[in-house]
Amino acid sequence: MLTKRIIPCLDVKDNRVVKGVNFLNLRDAGDPVELGKKYSDEGADELVFLDITATLRSNKTIVELVEKVAENVFIPFTVGGGITKADEIGLLLRSGADKCSINTAAVNNPDLLKESAERFGAQCVVLAIDARRTVGKVGKWHVTVKAGSEPTDIDAVEWAIKAEKLGAGEILLTSMDADGTQAGYDIELTRAVAEAVNIPVIASGGAGTLESLSEVLDKGKADAVLAASIFHYGTYTIKETKEFLKQHGVPVRFV
Amino acid sequence: MLVIIDYGVGNVQSVTNAFRYIGSDITVSCDPAVIQKAHGLILPGVGASGYAMEKVAPIADVIKSEAAAGKPLLGICVGYQLLFEESYEMGTHQCLGLVKGKVVPIPTDMDLTIPHMGWNYVKFANGMKLFDGLGEGRHFAFANSFYAQVEDPEAKAAYTEYGIQVTGAVEKGNIFGTQFHPEKSAADGLQVLKNFVALCHEELKC
Repeated sequence: MLTKRIIPCLDVKDNRVVKGVNFLNLRDAGDPVELGKKYSDEGADELVFLDITATLRSNKTIVELVEKVAENVFIPFTVGGGITKADEIGLLLRSGADKCSINTAAVNNPDLLKESAERFGAQCVVLAIDARRTVGKVGKWHVTVKAGSEPTDIDAVEWAIKAEKLGAGEILLTSMDADGTQAGYDIELTRAVAEAVNIPVIASGGAGTLESLSEVLDKGKADAVLAASIFHYGTYTIKETKEFLKQHGVPVRFV
Repeated sequence: MLVIIDYGVGNVQSVTNAFRYIGSDITVSCDPAVIQKAHGLILPGVGASGYAMEKVAPIADVIKSEAAAGKPLLGICVGYQLLFEESYEMGTHQCLGLVKGKVVPIPTDMDLTIPHMGWNYVKFANGMKLFDGLGEGRHFAFANSFYAQVEDPEAKAAYTEYGIQVTGAVEKGNIFGTQFHPEKSAADGLQVLKNFVALCHEELKC
């Protein structure tokens, strides 16, 4: 049986892991190489590295950092942040990434998903969606871009369906309303997207209690959960998280 | 020396990192002369098998002749799928034909997400050398929409459950392959790579 994945996320700025609330008020959370190795060794199922300054495409230092993290990470490793071209994905894959997440550039140019999937395989193309609840419309979310700073009029669920058709192999779905609040994932959003597509959905934004992880994997129908603050600041270890999930009937893998 | 065959498909870096981490003497190359000198070969690959086969075609003969001469060969993911006779991913493609069988899609009507993405439990067949020291089965990291139907009476296969029985690994004499990514399957995956390295060294002593 396929297990549900627990994925720590490294939000990286100036070579450090940081974490904010709703993408603001950043706090230092450690060294990306050390944290990456720690999570890989402790039984995390994957690792995500997001350059929150979105300079991956132009910043040699960041690519070198990806290389260093990858040298010590023996679990699937996703890298994203400011990718605009398929060539940049090629460079990151050669630097040790296994998958790349695309966000704003895919909204601007949906064919980038198609081109990337054709060149590198759908399994390495992750569409990141930063979604926000649309005020005045129940059960509707719109896509935001540029790290959540700009709203669009694109419906998040419809965008997910379109992205799957174009060749995305997975969706990293972040609730901008919940991100960093530790108040729980947006279950309704996650479920709406997970039921609309056949590719795996990673729930992100709002991880707080272990119940919230269990809830989004069960009621939210997510295939994986992404979390940052609860792991970086030591609220829970990967092992504690998985033991809790196992007790609640969620299939997980132990090391 | 082991050679990771770099034929321009996917991330050889992850595979290279893992072999370096376990301390093996590894070279990345697609030069036939280097491939001939190697004690063991690793054929990685991601993406679509048809495209991969097209890219591997110029060195297919040297891979086949080295394999026929008994050199250990480990295919990983799409590199593993290329070991079989035929793949039906986006058309019909002839592959290396080192193990009898064909690569077919995982059925999409099972209410399961495709790709088969993540960690799944692989149950080993008795006596598979690749899994020496790992007991009856372990979890490994997968990322596949196609799988190989093994039709070779001389091959041993390991399976995982994903609605149907999905082949996770195969071995036949000196030919080894894993649908999953051992280089991305934490300590158990690294053990698989160590086992392969040990098999290459055994071959050297003979």
